[in-house]
Amino acid sequence: MSLSIHLRHDLPDLRLDLSFDAPSGVTVLFGRSGSGKTTVVNAVAGLLRPQTGRVAIDGWELFDTQKNRWLPPHRRRLGYIFQEGRLFPHMTVRQNLYYGRWFAPKRARRENPDKVIEMLGIGHLLDRRPAGLSGGEKQRVAIGRALLASPRLILADEPLAALDDARKAEILPYFERLRDEVSVPILYVTHSAAEVARLATSVVALQDGKAVRHGPASEVMADPSIAPAGVRAVGAVLNVRVREHHADGLTELEAGGARLFLPRIPHQAGEGLRIRIPAQEVILSNKRPEGLSALNVLEGVVETIRAGEGPGAIVSVKTPAGPILARITRRSVAALGLEPGQTCFAVIKTVALAPQDVGGRLTAP
Amino acid sequence: MGWLGPAELEALRLSLRVSFWATLVTLPFGIFVAYALARWRFPGRQLLNGLVHLPLILPPVVTGYLLLLTFGVQGPLGRLLAEFGIVVAFRWTGAALAAGIMAFPLMVRAIRLSIEAVDPKLEQAGATLGASRPFVFATVTLPMILPGVIAGGILAFAKAMGEFGATITFVSNIPGQTQTLPSAVYAFLQVPGGESAATRLVVVSIVIAMGALLLSEYVGRRAAARVSGS
Repeated sequence: MSLSIHLRHDLPDLRLDLSFDAPSGVTVLFGRSGSGKTTVVNAVAGLLRPQTGRVAIDGWELFDTQKNRWLPPHRRRLGYIFQEGRLFPHMTVRQNLYYGRWFAPKRARRENPDKVIEMLGIGHLLDRRPAGLSGGEKQRVAIGRALLASPRLILADEPLAALDDARKAEILPYFERLRDEVSVPILYVTHSAAEVARLATSVVALQDGKAVRHGPASEVMADPSIAPAGVRAVGAVLNVRVREHHADGLTELEAGGARLFLPRIPHQAGEGLRIRIPAQEVILSNKRPEGLSALNVLEGVVETIRAGEGPGAIVSVKTPAGPILARITRRSVAALGLEPGQTCFAVIKTVALAPQDVGGRLTAP
Repeated sequence: MGWLGPAELEALRLSLRVSFWATLVTLPFGIFVAYALARWRFPGRQLLNGLVHLPLILPPVVTGYLLLLTFGVQGPLGRLLAEFGIVVAFRWTGAALAAGIMAFPLMVRAIRLSIEAVDPKLEQAGATLGASRPFVFATVTLPMILPGVIAGGILAFAKAMGEFGATITFVSNIPGQTQTLPSAVYAFLQVPGGESAATRLVVVSIVIAMGALLLSEYVGRRAAARVSGS
């Protein structure tokens, strides 16, 4: 499947002008608020009529302003997961879940409701009404409702933004399961780098209505030019495997022969994971550090040094575990005499890896 | 009802019939107009709003006279309806028409308020799930505005029960044909010794009006609780 998007639309304070083709899997629209992410999703859904543009799923045109073709929202076969859930308050959870399914063509009803209900863990909620659900439960029902409409494309507009950290950690795995177990492509909007790292097959970085970068998460998120989305967003994404849980509460991970230690995570030994290491949590040394409390030290070779805005620079270090990014000052770059090709050591504080930065099962992009 | 005389009972029965049909027939129009005023932006929206509210502001006699001019035997719409065999002038159907038009603004106001309280985002969600506009209306909007529709309907019914000025101007005061409850009270007060009959009808009026109000409160609360999901 491929999703082809081309849009031009003038909003009062933003000129949207972008085009990109998304492969199957999860395509994340990433950018800070006001960059035009929601406008893109609403145009795909048909809730907003752009001045010019074309959107097609596998060549099936949702609209094309040149041909004057415009499918109304209800004929687009989408599953839209909204930030606020938007469950129908007068219906039970069961009625909400089956709402979209009722309108889906019979032969297109792929998803088995029982399986979806089980996958989302909402079987005990079926007879309740949305008003009695927690934020996390509401969002799980919203995911199920979108999925059971047997959509050709799932749209998710900041589906976790209204939740607190604990609820985010509760819902994120369901999106990972959606990505890994359901074949429907997903267009996912967020301004959270942690969600990008965990979910994205590919990332489209938006800035002031334009797609500034487009590619795999590990590449786009390593680019300091997306820094306006927040320097905190810059970070490396590593594919790792759980090796062993230690008695002192640490979990040992393995990546390309290198070892990393984290506070215990609930994943099984042998399981593949994605972890994100924010660039600002990494410090560099040009000698093997000694007498340091940090557990995770990776030896590598400096690949690139990119100066961002201000006094900072992003140094990319090639390690056996994968590329690690460090955000340090340009003064330190000079003091350490760092330059491409030079051996150096990346020091990662264990605690720097927040729970939201550790993702579950993994599919190769 | 043994304490009501035959003429009084007849007026009561007629009033109930007139108000029932006035409410039932105007309800779909009321929902449509309320939806249009709440959700659509179109040229002439303010004009429509004004027209709907006119019966509320105009002297009822004026409304009744306008109805007579339009729907009377010689009126343009009256003649048109007559060709289909429908005569409203000086019939109970005319009384229902007058009552419906007088009650219309109240009905539209109540329903419009409830439509404006429905988040359009829920209707959008319905559309993205594959429901066309009529289906979204039937499955999302209508169930959510049900308390307002019921309240508006009961309010309109109570107003129709009490309609006097427009009715007596349009269809006169013919016992058994167009003599509704208020008209009957008026008629009884015109004849010597009619006070006791008038008083009995006044009591009936008060009971019906209070009953309608209490019922609308009760049904509205029940429906609101159901819709809000608690």
